[in-house]
Amino acid sequence: MPLAFLRLDLEYAKRGYARYAAYPAATLAGLFTNTVFGFMRAFILLALFEGGGEIGGYDRAATVTYAWLTQGLAATIFIWGWQDLGLRIRTGDIATDLIRPVHPLRAGLAFDVGRSLCHAIFRGVPPVVIGSLVFGITTPSGPAVWLAFGLSCGLAIVVSYAFRAIYNVASFWLLDWRGTTILAITAANFFSGFVIPVAFFPLPLEAIARATPFPAMLQVPVDIFVGRVAGAEVVAALASQLAWAILLLLAATWLFDRGVRRLVVQGG
Amino acid sequence: MALVDVQDLRKEFVVRRGSGLRRERVVVRAVDGITFAIESGSIVGYIGPNGAGKSTTVKMLTGILVPSGGRVSVAGFVPSKQRTKLAARIGVMFGQRVQLWWDLPLIESFELLRHIYRVPAERFRQNLDMLGAALELGPFLRTPVRQLSLGQRIRGELTAAMLHEPDILFLDEPTIGLDVVARQRVRELLLRANRERGLTVLLTSHDLVDIERLCSRILVIDHGHLVYDGGLETLKERYGTERVLVVDLEEPRPPLDVEGARVIKVDGPRQWIAFERERTNAARLTAQVAALAPLRDLTLQEPDIEDVVRRIYAEGATGSAGRSSTA
Repeated sequence: MPLAFLRLDLEYAKRGYARYAAYPAATLAGLFTNTVFGFMRAFILLALFEGGGEIGGYDRAATVTYAWLTQGLAATIFIWGWQDLGLRIRTGDIATDLIRPVHPLRAGLAFDVGRSLCHAIFRGVPPVVIGSLVFGITTPSGPAVWLAFGLSCGLAIVVSYAFRAIYNVASFWLLDWRGTTILAITAANFFSGFVIPVAFFPLPLEAIARATPFPAMLQVPVDIFVGRVAGAEVVAALASQLAWAILLLLAATWLFDRGVRRLVVQGG
Repeated sequence: MALVDVQDLRKEFVVRRGSGLRRERVVVRAVDGITFAIESGSIVGYIGPNGAGKSTTVKMLTGILVPSGGRVSVAGFVPSKQRTKLAARIGVMFGQRVQLWWDLPLIESFELLRHIYRVPAERFRQNLDMLGAALELGPFLRTPVRQLSLGQRIRGELTAAMLHEPDILFLDEPTIGLDVVARQRVRELLLRANRERGLTVLLTSHDLVDIERLCSRILVIDHGHLVYDGGLETLKERYGTERVLVVDLEEPRPPLDVEGARVIKVDGPRQWIAFERERTNAARLTAQVAALAPLRDLTLQEPDIEDVVRRIYAEGATGSAGRSSTA
């Protein structure tokens, strides 16, 4: 029964993959951009380690790895602006999603998992491979860490989707959705550890970041990959990601359902 | 119980007008107390001018708009409360919205819908074969939706709405963008589904042939009120009060001045004189014309449904078309 239930999600995911695979030029452009920024960020971050040493548990090798890994993961997990759902709400196209016997957020999540797979293959892995060829990166110490990293990436995608869904759902209430979106993206970029590792933050700021769901989108899988988080800490990290995933999905669903209640579809 | 049961249905929107301190809230009654029932197996036309409340009604019937008042039941469900359960029983096509997945080939949308509605594979194959043949989808089944012409897309949308064999179909402009042959195919398909498995259809259309060929019953809505509910013939009598007497005179004349009527067109010796059924009649008018100028021939034109519906769309059912039953 659970398998039959997941069948629909699998079908959505397949179409999510196909939808993004249908635009190879956009994917190629994205890959190119990711790679160029990978070089820039790697060189900038390396400058911090001129005199050797460690910052927040990151040494030189871990930092280079961080730079390339985040470059690959950012597209896969999609921490950047996403407006697909908000646009459907604002144009009223959401009406066509509501007449389906499937919750639009469930369909959206499954679709996004398919998208992330497409992005992982074509925009995620290549920059990391290029980075490892040019700079050399540290890789997980064993299959258990690889597995934990994979799980962590999966959870990061769910957390990211739920967060994106929340600021998109705001379009039910807000006419000025642009401000909210910019704020949400900026917060996600900074606190997720995409700009610099969360461990590099001054202490109060790091404490704030750790209290938000953002590190669960990016920093956690990276920390597991480079071994900064190891052993029992990995389990705790995965558990906190899972908790954020559930919490944010519930929040997004609650907000979405509230929004639908007061839905006014324009025009027609 | 009727398949669709609507009682005293209301929908109010609050619109804010003006700006700053002078802002005021205005309540617009898009649907203002509508009552009707649709029995299973009927095809009902839902017509009225733009902004009359047609779409608002359909949105409340499909559960994507919560009524401000009144009661709705569709297939035994309360749409706004049981939207997801109802969704499996209905098919919906919004003329100006894209329900197919824009970036995917048409067939991919259909395959996904098969899983969404849990249509058994064999059943799905049969339905797609039938719909594909009836609507000639073959040539563009593997084309991404974004590359389809409007007519092709509309045929795809209609297929998408019918693949899961819904009990009731809500169609908003189902033949928009189609050529004459395709229109006829769509009508035949709907009639066949209605005949063979008792499909119930509620449709809005600006195409009067659609209305005339398909609908056994017509609901006319204006300013949120149901102003007519009945057959086509009665509708003509009620709104098509203006008839036209076409007279051929012995020689060309300036437009004749006849009491209770007006000349709407002059072409050489032929003049078209429109008159209201209530103000005069053809016999009296003929006598008046004969007294003014020698007559050679005459014919009387009854209003056709096209005129009637065009007038309802253009002027509003309660406008110059006459009777006001809304009060």
